[in-house]
Amino acid sequence: MTASTDFYNAEFARLKAILPGSHLPWLQRRRESALASFAASGFPTQRQEDWKYTGVTAIEKSRFELAMPISNGVSAKQIAAWSLPDTHRLVFLNGRYQPRWSSVGALPGGVILSSLIEMLERDPEQLDSRLGESEIAYPSGFAALNMAFMSDGAYLHLADGVAVDKPIHLLFIASEANLATHSRNLLSAGAGSRASIVEQHVAVGEGAYLTNGITDIVVGRDAEIVHHKLQQESHQAFHIAAVNADLGQKSRFTSRSFGLGGALARVDIRVGLNAERAECILDGLYMTDGRQHCDHHTRIDHAEPYGTSREFYKGVLAGASRAVFNGKVIVHADAQHSDADQSNRNLLLSDNAEVDTKPQLEIYADDVKCSHGATVGQLDPEQIFYLRSRGVDDESARALLTFAFAEEVVDRVDIPPLRAGLEKLLLGRLPERVKELL
Amino acid sequence: MLEISNLHVSIDDKPILRGLDLTVRAGEVHAIMGPNGSGKSTLAHVLAGRENYQVTAGEVFFAGRNLLELSPEERAREGIFLAFQYPVEIPGVANIYLLKAAVNALRKHRGEAELDAVDFLALVKDKLQLLGMEQSLLYRAVNQGFSGGEKKRNEILQMAVLEPKLAILDETDSGLDIDALKVVATGVNSMRSGERAIILVTHYQRLLDYIVPDYVHVLANGRIARSGGPALAMELETRGYGWIEEAASQEEARRLAGGGR
Repeated sequence: MTASTDFYNAEFARLKAILPGSHLPWLQRRRESALASFAASGFPTQRQEDWKYTGVTAIEKSRFELAMPISNGVSAKQIAAWSLPDTHRLVFLNGRYQPRWSSVGALPGGVILSSLIEMLERDPEQLDSRLGESEIAYPSGFAALNMAFMSDGAYLHLADGVAVDKPIHLLFIASEANLATHSRNLLSAGAGSRASIVEQHVAVGEGAYLTNGITDIVVGRDAEIVHHKLQQESHQAFHIAAVNADLGQKSRFTSRSFGLGGALARVDIRVGLNAERAECILDGLYMTDGRQHCDHHTRIDHAEPYGTSREFYKGVLAGASRAVFNGKVIVHADAQHSDADQSNRNLLLSDNAEVDTKPQLEIYADDVKCSHGATVGQLDPEQIFYLRSRGVDDESARALLTFAFAEEVVDRVDIPPLRAGLEKLLLGRLPERVKELL
Repeated sequence: MLEISNLHVSIDDKPILRGLDLTVRAGEVHAIMGPNGSGKSTLAHVLAGRENYQVTAGEVFFAGRNLLELSPEERAREGIFLAFQYPVEIPGVANIYLLKAAVNALRKHRGEAELDAVDFLALVKDKLQLLGMEQSLLYRAVNQGFSGGEKKRNEILQMAVLEPKLAILDETDSGLDIDALKVVATGVNSMRSGERAIILVTHYQRLLDYIVPDYVHVLANGRIARSGGPALAMELETRGYGWIEEAASQEEARRLAGGGR
């Protein structure tokens, strides 16, 4: 047992009576078993293949305390700046739901949208099967910690055939340094239902803190879920997140992950095409600068026949930043006629930036179509010369090409105000001169 | 307008242009012809300011300014336009963005107000029509997925919108079928004016049936081996380039034997 597991054991002993759902014996058992799992595994180390390029000793040493509920620390003006028009908005401050800042609005019949804490009070049985078994094998110490200290998150259930037209905006705001939040979002879509979700992580101030979140998504038969994840944490923050999606027959799932902030970010996206003819799209964009580190690990399991997966990740790295992309695609023996394509393209804007990209295809079926490609490069001198020959100065040409490179991912976002907001973020990184030209 | 004297250019230390002289005045159309590898495209790119081309000797003056001291963007702003033989695809940059950025960079340089969206679109629409291009092309990424003909037309569209003082067309006819060639030629001819000079770099005489030049020059061994009127192009069409290359080689041999003037 290490000093860090001592710390978390002590934290748990201190807090277990006041953790959400402490009145539920089954939940308490799962928390304790998760804590035991963490005590056994500890934090991941770089000796583990999956964590080879991402060291988390800084998190281990930081001893972040669990965030307690507060209701101030953010202003109406800040909330307004992060808001998107025409959404169902749930706001979480340091991991806890804030009815005061939320604006859920009128939902179609058959939709349950609430906080996890509220569900634990009102209808905990709904959560029983969604929160795993006691003896679950956690993919990492972070997942185990999340279960042990799980505080709050969003709960969404769509009844069969329900369509939610407005996006559901889950806004997570960190307002205090030195705290940890372990949020859990549970989203499920009944047969033929559809919804689009925006999970956004932002910060007030520049402190160091830990976000350790998990979003579990079940996409029923013929259902369609789009999940956007915007990571805009403070520049000193640690962001560890997992998105797990379980896809039903002929369902469609789209994940768009934007890694823009944080000192260190690690995002695991795992998609199971667990019934015939399921389709998934995984898009991603990471933009790092300074000494930022951003790691995306994706895993797509083609478990059943006729599944389709499309993966499109791009990275723009400046300064002495570092990024990791690991894209695992497993086509299981039963998954005949699977069709998988993966692409990861990286733009290095500085000699000191570094990216490790690794496609990992494991194919156990014989009648499949799988392709992948990864590139790491600089801006194309031919493109720069072309723009300069049209009167655009060198710096602007480079900025414009960088913008265009990133824009290709942003352009695929189909919520117009969100797309515009992301474009504004990209433009915010351009020199003023370039903005004038556009 | 353009005064090139004794221009020597190397690429990767290999001499390509070896003492080229050329004078182009406003209002003139010059055709630069020559076999592959004679340095035609090198000349076009050196005028546009491509880096990694080493100018080892000679001078180029454009409208009284030493062109070789200017960056590619400064040359563009001074009124030089190169229509590329192989226009670059730029995914993610809409054609209209590039046009607008280019127009406004030039206007700003000239101290003019930037065009607003309405005036800009009106300007571009006119030129689109002239070149028989769909408006939807404006919103596609620059040259991405364009056919060979569309790419060339797009170059001429940019030229028409930017209204350069000196337009250099690098093998604009290559890869065009006869209909596309006519459209491109119409676009270029509409640009002919007393204030503008045009240099057509081409391998074939065909283009010159549609854009009739005032002067034809033949490049061989990195120099202008022969100059004349449109009739010279016709002669090349029937006799090929061999006789000029041969004459140029003999000329060079004579020069070397004479200790090189």
